[in-house]
Amino acid sequence: MASLIHCPHCGSRPKEEFSIRGDASLVRPSPSASDEEWHRYVHIRDNPKGRYKEHWHHAFGCRRWLVVERDNFTHEVFSVTDAAEAAKAVQA
Amino acid sequence: MRYSALSILKQAFSGNRGWKPAWREPEPKPHYDVVIVGGGGHGLSTAYYLAKEHGITNVAVIEKGYIGAGNVGRNTTIIRSNYLLEGNEPFYELSMKLWEGLEQDFNYNAMVSQRGIVNLFHSDGQRDAYARRGNAMMIHGVDAQLLDREQVRRMMPYLNFDHARFPILGGLYQARAGTARHDAVAWGYARGADSRGVDIIQHCEVTGIRRENGRVVGVETTKGFIGCNKLALAAAGNTTTVGRMADLELPIETHVLQAFVSEGLKPMIDNVITYGAGHFYISQSDKGGLVFGADIDYYSSYAQRGNLATVEHTIEEGVSLIPGLSRTRVLRSWGGVMDMSMDGSPIIDRTPIDNLYLNCGWCYGGFKATPASGFCFAHLIARNESHNVARFLRLDRFERGFPIDEGGKGPQPNLH
Amino acid sequence: MSAHRLSSGGLVDRSRSLGFSFDGLDLKGYEGDTLASALLANDQLLVGRSFKYHRPRGIVTAGSAEPNALVMIGKGARTEPNTRATVAELYNGLVATSQNRWPSLKYDIGSLNSLLSPFLGAGFYYKTFMWPAAFWEKVYEPFIRRAAGLGKAVMEADPDRYEKAWAHCDLLVVGAGPAGLMAALTAARAGLRVILADEGFRLGGSLLSERVSIGGTAPSTFVETILSELAGFPWVTLMPRTTVFGWYDDNVFGAVEKVQKHIALPSLDLPVERLWRIVARRAIMATGAEERPLVFGGNDRPGVMTAGAGRTYLNRYGVAVGRKVAVFTNGGSGYQAARDLAAQGIDVAAVIDGRPAAGDNLPNGIRLIQGGGVVKVKGRHRVGGLLVERSGFEESIDCDALLMSGGWSPIIHLACQRGAKPYWSDEKQAFLAPDVGRQLLPAGSASGLSGIGACLRDGVAKALSALASLDLTATSPDVPDVEGEYDASFAPLWYVPGARDKAFVDFQNDVHVKDLGLAQREGFGHIEHTKRYTTSGMATDQGKLGNVNATGIIAGMKGVSPAEIGVTTFRPFYTPVSFGAMAGTSRGEHSRPVRRSPLHGWAKKNGAVFVEAGLWHRSSWFPRDGEKGWRQSVDREVMNARTNVGLCDVSTLGKIEVFGNDAAEFLNRIYSNAFLKLPVGRARYGLMLREDGIVYDDGTTSRLAENHFFVTTTTAYAAEVMTHMEYCAQVLWPDLDVRFVSSSDQWAQMSLVGPKARLVLQQVVEDDVSNEAFPFLAVREVTLKGGLRARLFRISFSGELAYELAVPAGYGEAVADALMEAGRPHDICAYGVEALNVLRIEKGHVTHNELNGTTTPDDVGLGKMFSVNKPDFIGKRLSSRFGLTAADRLQLVGLKPVDKAKEIKAGAHLLKEGAAPSMTNDQGHVTSACFSPALGHPIALALLKSGRERFGEKIVVWDKLRGEEFVAEVCSPVFIDPDSQKLHQ
Repeated sequence: MASLIHCPHCGSRPKEEFSIRGDASLVRPSPSASDEEWHRYVHIRDNPKGRYKEHWHHAFGCRRWLVVERDNFTHEVFSVTDAAEAAKAVQA
Repeated sequence: MRYSALSILKQAFSGNRGWKPAWREPEPKPHYDVVIVGGGGHGLSTAYYLAKEHGITNVAVIEKGYIGAGNVGRNTTIIRSNYLLEGNEPFYELSMKLWEGLEQDFNYNAMVSQRGIVNLFHSDGQRDAYARRGNAMMIHGVDAQLLDREQVRRMMPYLNFDHARFPILGGLYQARAGTARHDAVAWGYARGADSRGVDIIQHCEVTGIRRENGRVVGVETTKGFIGCNKLALAAAGNTTTVGRMADLELPIETHVLQAFVSEGLKPMIDNVITYGAGHFYISQSDKGGLVFGADIDYYSSYAQRGNLATVEHTIEEGVSLIPGLSRTRVLRSWGGVMDMSMDGSPIIDRTPIDNLYLNCGWCYGGFKATPASGFCFAHLIARNESHNVARFLRLDRFERGFPIDEGGKGPQPNLH
Repeated sequence: MSAHRLSSGGLVDRSRSLGFSFDGLDLKGYEGDTLASALLANDQLLVGRSFKYHRPRGIVTAGSAEPNALVMIGKGARTEPNTRATVAELYNGLVATSQNRWPSLKYDIGSLNSLLSPFLGAGFYYKTFMWPAAFWEKVYEPFIRRAAGLGKAVMEADPDRYEKAWAHCDLLVVGAGPAGLMAALTAARAGLRVILADEGFRLGGSLLSERVSIGGTAPSTFVETILSELAGFPWVTLMPRTTVFGWYDDNVFGAVEKVQKHIALPSLDLPVERLWRIVARRAIMATGAEERPLVFGGNDRPGVMTAGAGRTYLNRYGVAVGRKVAVFTNGGSGYQAARDLAAQGIDVAAVIDGRPAAGDNLPNGIRLIQGGGVVKVKGRHRVGGLLVERSGFEESIDCDALLMSGGWSPIIHLACQRGAKPYWSDEKQAFLAPDVGRQLLPAGSASGLSGIGACLRDGVAKALSALASLDLTATSPDVPDVEGEYDASFAPLWYVPGARDKAFVDFQNDVHVKDLGLAQREGFGHIEHTKRYTTSGMATDQGKLGNVNATGIIAGMKGVSPAEIGVTTFRPFYTPVSFGAMAGTSRGEHSRPVRRSPLHGWAKKNGAVFVEAGLWHRSSWFPRDGEKGWRQSVDREVMNARTNVGLCDVSTLGKIEVFGNDAAEFLNRIYSNAFLKLPVGRARYGLMLREDGIVYDDGTTSRLAENHFFVTTTTAYAAEVMTHMEYCAQVLWPDLDVRFVSSSDQWAQMSLVGPKARLVLQQVVEDDVSNEAFPFLAVREVTLKGGLRARLFRISFSGELAYELAVPAGYGEAVADALMEAGRPHDICAYGVEALNVLRIEKGHVTHNELNGTTTPDDVGLGKMFSVNKPDFIGKRLSSRFGLTAADRLQLVGLKPVDKAKEIKAGAHLLKEGAAPSMTNDQGHVTSACFSPALGHPIALALLKSGRERFGEKIVVWDKLRGEEFVAEVCSPVFIDPDSQKLHQ
């Protein structure tokens, strides 16, 4: 994966400053959602080969959660955005 | 042809011209009883045990590259059965028993070497956790020893005892654990399966899974359609990609794990060692290279290569544990892509689709499982019911709330 | 004496003589020598032994691809095995030793293996050593292991320093030969930040080995002119002795700089090696080309080397590799070698050209054998002549050295490290670098060009191209004319038939042509299978010399183009990198930072014994004079806390300040128990779950103001919980108005515990701390005597009347001192984490021993902390899964040994009395155990199947790992004060 990540808040920073959580496309279901939906949210991963959005945390920087969109085969990074903005967009 | 000292002698006197191919290169037949997707260790061992244990020989193993190109040829060659949970320990112990008789069984020297593994501990809490694990092994009749600091020092005087950030307090030792020559495992199973009639079809990529009336009837491949009564997936690393062809939804994320080998050195490390204060494991091959590894790179990846930060981190751990490594050199690094599951444990199960069987989710641990994985998967395919030691390795265990989580890390695959 | 130093010429400094030793023999070289050139100058042709057959081996190359001349360099803890003599810079006092031989380099018992070679073909070991089964580990494998391996590691701690650094540049130029120098110059004149890195100790690359005239000057003069101009630009960094070993994502390159590897006794003020991560906007790969050996019988005899190597030793080091040298070639390189030798007055025995017709001009008197091939090299430890075959006739050639050239392979390693495959060029008869985009461009002979002039021009062109891709322009430097170039073209000659001896493809691993054939016959035809079966390309040179030949030979066997065979995967590292450089300073005691509590000094002066707890050094216990062993101290500390008062440092707990209008709502969602209605001035124990319903962490959280909470976490999970909370706030609920910051390091926090705690506390605190004014779970900001503001919490982990007092970190020691002073009349004593643990086990409180990532709130007896009323919180929904509510789950219980002398140990398992040990019969395990001073016997906490229904049952504590098996009684996990009266006193 990218040796450098362009944090929207801090600029280009070494990958070692970040920690990685996983799939950023998951949306936490509402309390009224079905058991099936909750199971899928917690356990099932689309896991595509290619273009992929992933949650990264700038742990040794601004401590913001980021959405890194990238290719998980070529390791090319397409964009890095603040996760809260993305989450608000989904919720809106 | 059977391999033996005599056959080597005979061939030596005839210029080694009489050796036969270790396996055929057949064109695919239109239809098989069982088609196995994936010519890695698990796919080949499944074919071998289908033929040997169940008499099912009308079998094809389909491999998109060359056999053994995946993780069976990219790991750090460690075999062990030092697990904690009932879902795992009996399974890995079956694997260890199969390792112990493997070479005579398939007439191929895979250099199974029971040189022992020590899991070092560096705190009272770690000691307690390893004691729990060691007792779990023993309660299942598996050998385990709890070594104190001095016992470890006698076995491995070169470890960092005097200037360590985290003192070595002792280790959990399994004497029957060790290493095997990874490529040879794949070749031995391939040769054994081939000689029993299994078709090993290399350079044939599966492009689709054909279903009729909800049942799998065969696979589309780059060599055309191949029909089958039963389809078995053993494509770890690419499980999701293949599974998607049958609309399987899986608790899997794909990650890259790097591994390393040093320049060849005279024997210096006899055992397999794992570092408890960091993630690092090392052994020395018969050829003299130090074979070692550590964590995955943490990000999702299908590329068989990693990055420098993980390389550095791995070697930092190595030098911290074994200061004498400092002036030796690392020769090569490589990467393998693996299925990281939601609890760190594998899946050997039927699927919601008729005739489709699944073997995946091996995380870091696939190599040591190779014999039992094939043995139990063959059992499942042949009898349509789980082998007793694999009965917990179910696909629905997450939904039902029965994870097999050795590390207690929860459903975040890159932490396992 | 055959190989020898010429009386003049070359780039060595004959005025500076350097003494060194090889296998105990004292020898002399000059400054500017490599170990290899100095050995040759002393006629030391035999340098090493091969891996399998222990064949005598000499020096094949003059560079980093060397497979044979590996030696151990250095003494004692500085010994380095497997060092290539061809790149080892000579220094005064260098000690070199040959390796993989016994008893000596000249008389090596292992060479008997050669006699057995018909039995030792590729993969022979897979076919035998299987009987009897037990013999593998006991007999065969130990023998194989002893025979295998190359050098010996000393396994002593490294006395030298290493370091790591980042570098950033516009253009990285890898390789300082003709293309690299011109590329660097072009970019440097345009003002770009340029790094020029080269593995050699003298920049100039192949130019240093040439006799041409460049712009009317010698190549070395030309190099110096360019380097002095480059050195004048402040934005240019010249990095000799720096190997760029890897190309990683985002155009980050890994490189190792040898800072002091050419110094006998390195200064400790500098590292011996420095690892660089070079971030380059653009990079040019001007890495040159490798000359391929020819594959013929006896091509491994000491004294056989590549033509280019022979020319380098001659022209750069002033060393002739023999008195009478033969040349075997399939192209122009061999002819140039003959011309160079002749120019220095060395007798050229013959030039044997494998091509039937082609040829080049040779000085008068040199014999040319066209269409011939060497089938045998006479001699044992050095070349003693050749057997040459042409048109079915054999002829002996008298010579003492042989230079060979099988053509050239561009060095494309870096460009192929990230998945792109090289492609075969019929025109160049070589694999060329794939197009990997504008970030990394091959230049010069690395891109398949030949000729110095062409490489100089290509360096300029590629630099301009790199600049253009950055939207920059530059003027093209004048490229001088080159006179005296030779035609380096060649025709394929993959191997020479009729070999009378082994014809090696991979020298070090002893892979010869027949091995490749055997691999094809046995089905290992894929090039990756061939590699793995024969070990061709797996030696320390990673196939730099042999891989392309192997491909060509296999292609020939199959009758296909090398394009169809391909080559094996290129992976880091270009050349092997020391563990030391990769580890840098992160080793030994410095492998992780040490965290010390603000009360570390206080604990130390009170005599604490410290223990590693994660990164922390925590005070473990405080021994007093006369106490025998830790248990005695801990028992005293526990009893004193239960009867008088104790003081414990709890500063390592994670601390998070939470603010915002939605702070309460936020906490309500991340804890399984309710937080909305927590009153200001109160603390509450909170339990956090993972989304899968398993307990994540616990701690007390206090409401300091309406919109200000103070969260504490366990020491171990401080960072993880903070990260988790940030994830929840930013990703899950970005609409909530909540902010938080870690204040773990800002507060010194101490726990004052025991019936006399209030008496002691009141002497230090201005505010009223009576039970009425400050009841259990009260929280308040208070003023200490003297005016310091502090936070006071009435919470208890021990079951005693207890307070936690938090003060700004810098005041911690002073406040702890004051408490100790105030407590002296009440027999206060400090206690550490051991006593803390005993106190909490006696009270049945859980830690991560019990919250082990697999337990639910109910499992650990905290079911009441799982709110059924709250509509949603992390972990709620998946908690209702069948497996998490099953009746036979493990539940927290207490254990008391029936025989009170029996010590229960954590990690023991539990079995029903009379049940056979098996995983199915396994009832659970002991999670925490201690000797309870309050009860006077060992106790334990355990997780037991359906445990809460089983109080009173006798159960077997099964600890076979430590040879123990005895009966204990299952009981409540709360051993003292079950009604918690003490908390409210």
